[in-house]
Amino acid sequence: MSSIELNVDSNGLAVLAIQASEQTLQPLTRAVRAELAAAIQRIGNDADIKGVLIQLTAAAATQPPDELLSLAERGISAVAARDIAREWQRTLRQLETLGKPVAAVLNGSVLGGALDLALACHWRVMHNDAGTVLGFPEIQMGLLPWGGGTQRLPRLIGVKAALALLSKGKPINAAEASRLGIVNGVGTADETIDHARAWLATHAEGVQPWDRKGFRVPGGAGPLAEFANETFMIGAAQLRKQVNENQPAPLALMSCVYEGTIAGFDAGLAIESNYFGKLMSEPVTGVLMRATRNIARAKAGRRPVDPKASAPVKKIGVLGAGMMGAGIAHIAAAAQMRVVLLDVTQSAADAGKARIANSLAQQGRNVPIAPEQAAAVLDRIQPTDGYERLDGCDLIVEAVFEDRQLKSQVLQRAEARVSDAALVASNTSTLPISGLAQTVRRPANFIGLHFFSPVEKMPLLEIIRGRDTSQATLDRALALAAMLGKTPIVVNDAPGFFTTRVFSAFIDEGACMLAEGIEPALIENAAKQAGMPVGPLAQFDEVSQELSWRIIRQALADGLDARFTRQAAAGVIQKMMELNRRGRRAGGGFYEYPQGAKKFLWPALREHFATQARQPGVAELQSRLLTIQALEAARCVEEGVIEDVQDADVGSILGIGFPRWTGGVLSYIDFIGAQRFVERCSQFALRFGPRYQPSAWLRARAAAGESFHPRVQAS
Amino acid sequence: MDAFIFDHVRTPRGKGRSDGGLHQITPTQLAAQTLMALRERSHLDTALIEDVILGCVSPIGEQGANLGRIAAMAARYSESVPGQQLNRFCASALEAVNLGAALVKSAEAQAVVAGGVESMSRVALGSDGGAWYCDPQVTWNSYYAPQGVGADLIATLDGYSREDVDSFALESQRRAAHAWEQGYFDRSVVPVRDVIGEVVLARDEHLRPRTTMADLAKLKAAFVTHGETFGFDAVALARYPHVEAVNHVHTGGNSSGIVDGAAAVLIGNEAFGKATGLKPRARIKGFCSIGSEPTIMLTGPAPCSQRLLRKLGMNATDIDLYEINEAFAAVALRFMREMQIDHERTNVNGGAIALGHPLGATGAMILGTVLDELERRDLSTGLVTLCAAAGMATATVIERV
Repeated sequence: MSSIELNVDSNGLAVLAIQASEQTLQPLTRAVRAELAAAIQRIGNDADIKGVLIQLTAAAATQPPDELLSLAERGISAVAARDIAREWQRTLRQLETLGKPVAAVLNGSVLGGALDLALACHWRVMHNDAGTVLGFPEIQMGLLPWGGGTQRLPRLIGVKAALALLSKGKPINAAEASRLGIVNGVGTADETIDHARAWLATHAEGVQPWDRKGFRVPGGAGPLAEFANETFMIGAAQLRKQVNENQPAPLALMSCVYEGTIAGFDAGLAIESNYFGKLMSEPVTGVLMRATRNIARAKAGRRPVDPKASAPVKKIGVLGAGMMGAGIAHIAAAAQMRVVLLDVTQSAADAGKARIANSLAQQGRNVPIAPEQAAAVLDRIQPTDGYERLDGCDLIVEAVFEDRQLKSQVLQRAEARVSDAALVASNTSTLPISGLAQTVRRPANFIGLHFFSPVEKMPLLEIIRGRDTSQATLDRALALAAMLGKTPIVVNDAPGFFTTRVFSAFIDEGACMLAEGIEPALIENAAKQAGMPVGPLAQFDEVSQELSWRIIRQALADGLDARFTRQAAAGVIQKMMELNRRGRRAGGGFYEYPQGAKKFLWPALREHFATQARQPGVAELQSRLLTIQALEAARCVEEGVIEDVQDADVGSILGIGFPRWTGGVLSYIDFIGAQRFVERCSQFALRFGPRYQPSAWLRARAAAGESFHPRVQAS
Repeated sequence: MDAFIFDHVRTPRGKGRSDGGLHQITPTQLAAQTLMALRERSHLDTALIEDVILGCVSPIGEQGANLGRIAAMAARYSESVPGQQLNRFCASALEAVNLGAALVKSAEAQAVVAGGVESMSRVALGSDGGAWYCDPQVTWNSYYAPQGVGADLIATLDGYSREDVDSFALESQRRAAHAWEQGYFDRSVVPVRDVIGEVVLARDEHLRPRTTMADLAKLKAAFVTHGETFGFDAVALARYPHVEAVNHVHTGGNSSGIVDGAAAVLIGNEAFGKATGLKPRARIKGFCSIGSEPTIMLTGPAPCSQRLLRKLGMNATDIDLYEINEAFAAVALRFMREMQIDHERTNVNGGAIALGHPLGATGAMILGTVLDELERRDLSTGLVTLCAAAGMATATVIERV
């Protein structure tokens, strides 16, 4: 069925209805664009057509288009990709230069190509309902607009405002679009059509501002514009701070606007299509698009869940009112659940609630929330020291200290108060779920829910399926994630599960580098420049050397094998313990934490870990820090901890800040190429230790040319 | 063929602000007054001059469109005298002298006037824009960071503390004040007059001779916002990943002052001296310019000077007096450390921290300063060098005759 309908009325008004149902950020697929080109051709050739009314309706969208993803993944030359953009640009250029007035009525998610089309019209009116937004989200998936958006938007609203919108990629509503001057009017569905018809009735001609003689970009362009230093000079530095060298799209976008707005409009289009072509030809672009798609799918809940499991959780009991417990209570209350926040004493429980009040107040400073809304959240939270208060809870989440006996004890006491149907969960980040399950009465109802700190902000929920966890329990956990607004991944039970294990590999590698005599600042900068949010030594201090040391000793006591005893880093951790550098909360670790000032590397570190005279290049350190994590993730696949590679990729990006440009831990291996990755690991194993040794399983996969992700095919 | 310096003059340096002593004087007038002073002091027939080469770092607006020729016309030089303007950033005026010397040495010209001008109060620093700061591809690929961040990075790498750079600044102030008191600058500084002929400024006005270490310590580090908020520290660390954090030590008190001023140098060959009866004061022995790592930007002077000395078959110890432009205290400290020379022979009458740095003119000013001082002390050779933006540097060696 055609998604484009063209009807010409007796007054010579062509009504072009475009229904974009594709739920991607480029709703106008190749087929739609071709139909549109044909329709424009017809309009141009038909002398009886005096004006054009475009009714554009686009579905809500969150994912990158398969068309571009498959091209980028298969590999496309800059010239070929440039030509795709040129064709689309030509279609829109033709529309705006027909000489006939073109008005657009915008409805739904007018994103990407749909907005390109809207901007190529001479007049725009937008629905003011909540579902209608417009924007260029391309940048969020590593792309830039390629239908002329980088040229039309700055010529319409000025370079500074346009770049702010283009570089964030966040859609805006009708009020904001109108304030910025992107649309000429807003209104209800009926009003918008009338407005557009009225405008068409009074305009015999359609000429874009940039096609009029003497046109100047509003507010100026180029290096002498008042905003130039702020927008381009500081803008580029900010970019380096945010994406380091790892993402080409933001710089390309800035260049399109800078170079294009100094030149004439058609040269501007050529500049845009060239940068688009170049971007599409870079491998990292496909990887970024895939990461965007996978995260969007994971957030939307890509696993089918039994509808029976989706019954809303009404009352939740949180055991332990510390930082994690309070965070879980907070998001549950914000999701309309009644919360019992339990701790050993009433005052400890009250302190937990006070922590939530504090967090709400802080949230109010950044993103203002209504005081009555904050009060309602707090009202739903009942702090207590009495287990009897848990009566009627349909979910229990345990978030007490990481101590097996303590956890068993509180879980047993809580379980005794709730019905057989209740879901019982532990928020442990390290202790095996199957072991804890042995101490509860209903192991089938028991599951691991690993939240990340700070719970209010971190988007990930790592769901750990124990040996005895039932499918129904898993379904309910997935439904719960959706209620709490968290993006779930599902992993199987093993010490450290998935994220903690990969994260430990990262921080341990930092410790190993330190022991090798690498400059501590170089280690930290290498990690940050690779795209990790924080360096491994700083992360170590947060986790604390003390906790790591305890975990290692526990693992040894439990007789766990070398995968879990972190022997490569144990020496450094032990030395730090002996030096009484036990972590941030204990007063300092690899860093010093002066009151009221920025942390800095502990100066004595270089005495205790003598630095080599010859330091490695930053690129090698980056490669090591990413490789060791990817290798650990591959082991998790081999051991069955990870069943679905998307869980690993999404979990690594959202949970531990693995850089998005890699696509995630396993995508990184595909990106490098399995064979090359294995060779690199073997080399590193020779130089830095057996922790890099790739398993026979991984070597066999690499030899067979197997990738973790299948390539996406164009639909 | 030898190129000789016959004379040089400079204006006093006025504060580069709207209440500065030279603010009402246009850059054309500033430059023209130095050209006129040269003519009058030497009773010069300007028809003998074969070029006027002026440095200028922000050649836009009233400093645009070739101030060299315009100033020559404004000074009523013979209309046969062409003019040109050049931009080697902060080393522009020294580069103008070097280019003039090259013309004379190669016998393509008998005499030229070279110098420079910058009215920083009237044409703001950076107001000419430029691809280097604003073209995203260029600034990204060259890891552009403002000079102050580069200076702070030098201090970080070399371990200069805030006290180190402030002490250097204090000494610059002390020396400059002493030089003025003793009249060392008198013979070359020409008062600037307004259109009715009244003197508007006769002495450098940026100095703060009574400043103390305590005063300097109170000043806020000037590039913290650039570094931390704007993101330029991250740019610097991308180039220098073994640095944990940039230590921001430079302030308005230990960096060169923003001032207005102009300078001009009369350069000619032996025949020119004979024809005019003028006596050559020094020989321009050699010169060169280099490029170096542009993010730290300001470490060029030592490698540039070393290259020049090698070219001339000289050692650092053969130089009697050094002038290194005090763009920032750390620049001079790094230069002295790398050249293994001490402060006793360097910037003996202070520098741009005390006196100010009118970008396009400074090179010719400090060349004149070192020549006057060589004569006063009856010494022979001087080396003048400046760091210039984008990692460049220029150096010149002169020798009294």
